[in-house]
Order: sequence, then C-alpha cells, then structure tokens
Amino acid sequence: MKALLLRDLRLALRAGGGFGLGLAFFLTVTMLVPFSVGPEATLLKAIAPGVLWLGALLACLLSLDRLLALDLEDGSLELLLTAPLPLEGALAIKALAHWLTTGLPLVLAAPFLGVMLQLAAPGHLWLLASLALGTPALSVIGMFGAALTVGIKRGGLLLSLLVLPLYIPTLIFGAEVARRGSAGLDASTPLLMLAGLTLAVVALMPFAAAAVLRMGLR
Amino acid sequence: MKVSDLSVARGGVPVLSGVSFALEAGEALVLRGPNGAGKTTLLRCIAGLQAPLTGQIEGAEDRVAYAAHADGLKSMLTVRENLSFWAQVFGNVNIAQALDGYALRPLADRLAGTLSAGQKRRLGLARLLVTGRPIWVLDEPTVSLDADAVALFGSALLGHLTAGGSALMATHIDLGVDARVLDISTYRAAPDADLGASDAAFL
Repeated sequence: MKALLLRDLRLALRAGGGFGLGLAFFLTVTMLVPFSVGPEATLLKAIAPGVLWLGALLACLLSLDRLLALDLEDGSLELLLTAPLPLEGALAIKALAHWLTTGLPLVLAAPFLGVMLQLAAPGHLWLLASLALGTPALSVIGMFGAALTVGIKRGGLLLSLLVLPLYIPTLIFGAEVARRGSAGLDASTPLLMLAGLTLAVVALMPFAAAAVLRMGLR
Repeated sequence: MKVSDLSVARGGVPVLSGVSFALEAGEALVLRGPNGAGKTTLLRCIAGLQAPLTGQIEGAEDRVAYAAHADGLKSMLTVRENLSFWAQVFGNVNIAQALDGYALRPLADRLAGTLSAGQKRRLGLARLLVTGRPIWVLDEPTVSLDADAVALFGSALLGHLTAGGSALMATHIDLGVDARVLDISTYRAAPDADLGASDAAFL
C-alpha cells in the first residue's frame, strides 16, 4: 500500500507526471474571471466563493482521465489485479495520491486567489476549510468515474459527463460554506453536510470503483 | 494447481471448452496452438483476470505470478524503482537476485523508458522473481528477447522449477527445460456453443 502511494507520488512529480497542471489551470481560470465580468469589487466579492469552488472542481476534473488510463496502457493495472493488494485498497490509495498531488495544492492556493477576487477577509479561512473537506470527495468520485471509463479510448469527455453530476452535492455545500463564511454568517451546517458527504463517498466509492473495474476488465 | 472442464470466452465468444489439466510442483506446461486458439484467454482466466464460463480452477488463487505482453513498467521510474515497487507489493524487499538473474545490474539506474524492447522484457520477467509466487503464468515470455536473454530466462525458469515452483506458458520456442506440451486446439469450442457468454448479466 505504502509502496503504491510512494510510486504514484513519485510518478506525479517526475517529468510528464502532470503535477501542477491542475494548479496552473485553477490559477488561469480564476485570473480570467475579472477579465470577463469586470473589475467591480462588489460583484467580484459576491461571486468569489462560487467561482473559486467551480475553478477548483474543474481543475480536479482535468487530471482524472490519467488516474487509471496510464496504468492500463502499460499493463500495470492488470498486474495490480493479480497482486496480493485488495483492489479496493489499491484504488483508495491511488485516489489519495491524486488528492495529494492535485487537490491539496488547490486547497493551499485558493486563499491567495481569493485575494485576487476580493474575497472578504473572514471568508479565506472558510474557503480553505471547505476545500480541504470537499476536494477528497472530488478525488474518490473521480476514481469511480475513471474506473467506469477505463477501457474506453478517448473516454475523457465521457468521464467528465459522468462525474460532473456526481460533483453537484459537494459543490453546493462547499460553495455554500465559503459564501456564508465570507458574508460573516454561521457556516457550520453546510460544513457538516460537506464533511458527511466526503466521509460517505470516501467510505463507499473505492468499493464501487473496484466493482466496476473488475467488470470492465473482463 | 488443477483445472477441470474449463470453458473460456473472449469478447462474448466461447473459444475453448472442456479444458482439463493438472500442474504439479516443479513441472512446466507449455500451451501450443495457432494464433487465436485461446492461449491468452486461458492464461488470463487462470491468472484471475477474467471469470471462466464453466469449470473449476483449483489452487491458483493468490499463488499466480502473471506476465503478459505488457510488462507493467513505468517509463519515468528507474529499473531499480520499478523492480522494488513490485517487490514491495508482493511483500519482498530483496531485488538483488532478480537484478543479477537477468543481468540488469548495469542498467539499474536507467529510466525504464530509455531501455530497448528486449531490456524492458528482461525487466518484466525479473518481476516474476520478486513476487515469490509459486505458479508462473506466462504469455509469450520470450518476445523480443535475443538468444542470450532467452538463455537467462531458461536458467531462471529452471531455478524456479527446481525450487518447487511450476510454470504454465504459451510459447513457441524451445527453452531448454523439460516441459509437457498441451495442444489446446483440440479444445476449440463450437462457434455457436451457448455457454452463457452473452451479456446476460447486464440485461
């Protein structure tokens, strides 16, 4: 398990591993927002939590098709299936590696991008908290989508179409935490809902992903 | 390991039926048959990568080390890193024997992506040595190997068999190892045989 995590992290950090792509995408999208809606501070302040959450979600989506496709291409996915690791555990570990290399940098970068979008001061902490709680869910749901589309050539778009609807609850509660937080309201209810959602998908999705992967490779 | 009355399908079409054989410790069995006879499908089935239509496979679970056309190498990891990863997955730490067995030590710090096809294949086969599994299930193990590398593979195989392991291989060349031959073209399934190979599970 540990070996798999270290291998995936090492691969992500080596040339061609795609580390930083999601982060750069997040940065670019957020930068484009003031250009498209204008520099008016009150408007930016109002839309900042939603825009940041949407940007993080899309940045996460961008790297999902690499989750299993590369392992399928070079044959290591089949070899992992014959290895003594339980497939559910292996997929959970791979999702964790994805979160560490994609989700976590987004979480850490978000408060800085919040400044660019005039996010109100108390909102930064709430934004950080909501992304930290919400992005693991994006990674494990994405793993399920990747397992579902793994055998399909150029399945990237299909993967996005399948995964985006599943991201909706996380997006709603995550953005709501950030919005309430930045408006100075009590954000604990959506935060608890978000945490609950994440815990549920982290517990269930590895099993679902392993089940569809076993079916798909047969 | 014992296989009895096995039927397997590829892409929903039954290719083999009624396959039965036993593989004892220390024994090698070579599958023969023309292209498309179902060698790969049978091997995948025994490795647990696909379910048989009918029949039983006994004593294979968690004892098989499988090697197919793809070697499962990460091109951005070095030879040593690739090998240690698989060693750790299978609960071993010692990769020295595998490096020496396939003369990989001079290449140990090269990225796997920069190796030639034959060198990659040697690395793929060296992975078998670090799994510690008793049954090797090999699909065309000698593809892209030169004569010297085939000899290395032959001696690794011999070492595995003398240590009480066994091997099931689809190969067309002589490895210099005593092996029983099983011609699987005699088990060809009737093309219209209905063994439940359709997508009934999804309907």
